Amino acid sequence: MSNEKRNNAIKKGLMYAVLILGAIAMILPFVWMVSTSLKSSSVTFVMPPKWIPENPSLDSYKQVFETVPMGRFFLNSVFVSVVSTFFQVLVCAMAGYAFARIEFKGRNVLFMVYLATLMVPQQVTLTPLFVLMNLLGWANTYKALILPGIFSAFGTFLMRQFFLGIPKSIEEAAFLDGAGYVTIFFRIIVHLAKPVFATLFIFAFMASWNNFLWPLIIIGDVDHMTLPLGLSMLKGRWTTDWNVLMAGTLVSILPMLFVYIFTQKYIIKGMTHTGLK
Amino acid sequence: MVGFKKWDKAKTLAVFLLPSLIGMTVFVILPILASLGLSFTKWDLIGDIEWVGLSNYVKVLKDKNIHAALWHTLQFITGYLPTVMIISLGLAMLLNQKLRGVVFFRALYFIPVITSWVAVSMIWKWLLNPEFGIINYLLSLVGIQGPGWLFDADWAMIGIILTSVWKDIGFVTVIYLAGLQEIPDHLYEAAQIDGVNAWQKFRHITWPMLSSTTFFVVTISLINSFQVFDQVWVMTEGGPAGATSVMIEQVYRNAFGYYKMGYASAISWVLFICIFVFTFLQNRFQNKWGYSDE
Repeated sequence: MSNEKRNNAIKKGLMYAVLILGAIAMILPFVWMVSTSLKSSSVTFVMPPKWIPENPSLDSYKQVFETVPMGRFFLNSVFVSVVSTFFQVLVCAMAGYAFARIEFKGRNVLFMVYLATLMVPQQVTLTPLFVLMNLLGWANTYKALILPGIFSAFGTFLMRQFFLGIPKSIEEAAFLDGAGYVTIFFRIIVHLAKPVFATLFIFAFMASWNNFLWPLIIIGDVDHMTLPLGLSMLKGRWTTDWNVLMAGTLVSILPMLFVYIFTQKYIIKGMTHTGLK
Repeated sequence: MVGFKKWDKAKTLAVFLLPSLIGMTVFVILPILASLGLSFTKWDLIGDIEWVGLSNYVKVLKDKNIHAALWHTLQFITGYLPTVMIISLGLAMLLNQKLRGVVFFRALYFIPVITSWVAVSMIWKWLLNPEFGIINYLLSLVGIQGPGWLFDADWAMIGIILTSVWKDIGFVTVIYLAGLQEIPDHLYEAAQIDGVNAWQKFRHITWPMLSSTTFFVVTISLINSFQVFDQVWVMTEGGPAGATSVMIEQVYRNAFGYYKMGYASAISWVLFICIFVFTFLQNRFQNKWGYSDE
């Protein structure tokens, strides 16, 4: 018996060792980023590397904010992500509700068309969207950053599936009271759908927050750049000044990390349920 | 009365569906069709659009840069996919052991997932610095002379794969963990009674029961891997000497570097066909292996 107990303890210890090793591998790069960002450029290139800088300074951060308008990038990212996510959830929810509940001619065919677009990778549409934005005169505008990101076949699909799962009896009672679809949707359905709203919101927000390729194509004007694009611009200016680059990277990560700390339970849940990133 | 009702319904439908329908048409459906159309033309954005039939596709098939890009994309997938799956499955199985602090570890492993690709690529570009990077330093501690990583044509793709695996481990682990938690305990209890060892349990219970999860992970990862771009662009821009050039990077270069709109569209459709064929084949194999309940 005691032998078995000892074996179990050893097993547990080993498992923890692996988990901790994994945790270190996940965290160390971030630690190194912070450490580098607090060094002056002359100490950045010292071997063997020092994990804790001897004379930590915030000079790199000052340089970041002097070189590029990091605050502006941040506000741009927040504005673009919040607006496009809000409208994506709203538009997808309303369309999903129509597909789930309102009967009309050609509903199934139209829904199949939506689903079919999911098979085509988004990058296929890059060139026509670029042309379209230029025709509309929308290059270097927030409209170009926000609008194409709102309409999502995936989001519509997700919402439709959720609404199909809500028992019809709930709405029927309201119908008898003389309420219309719009009233029912905004008074009743929206409240029932909070979890799926949260899921889509998180996804859409992260996709928008991290989006790089589309802003890279459509935005050349510094005032409209989002964080990922601004960060890559910083890279162009300070190719080898890793203390400045790491400071900029840290600044760009912090807001999302902050949000993550408070919402990690929902984020992880949402990711597992829908399987997107 | 009936006419009024019909009109009422049309109005309701318009309120609910029209915003989505207009947006999907303008920003998704028409661009897809336009892209397909453009792929049969030659256009530099300024001059006239010239119909060239299939010649863009013929060119893609003969273009050495595209061959190389496709080859590197496949290299990326072969290196990335098995590695991320094995490590993540291992971690997920550990996290499923009902140990204390699982929630903490899971949250920790997930931090790279919520970090943007650009930020992750910046950090790893510094970690992989041949002279002053921490990775080569750690290697030197155990007496290994680290390679030139992103500066060495033979190692650059491996550096990008390492970075991508590190970023996605948390994501795949969480997916596998969810799959593991769905496996009913009584299967393992029955095996326990039969005196089955750990490997047999894995081989005959865990792995088969996870087949739909694995299917899902492989599908999503394949689709995403074929479109690998952000980390490549930030870390190497396709270099050194084109050693990490990938498909989307070729689309980007041709469209927005050389303004070959038609040719770029054709490349993106070839990529679509690749993704389609691979997903289809994977589906077929999955059915053949027969574990899937999908």
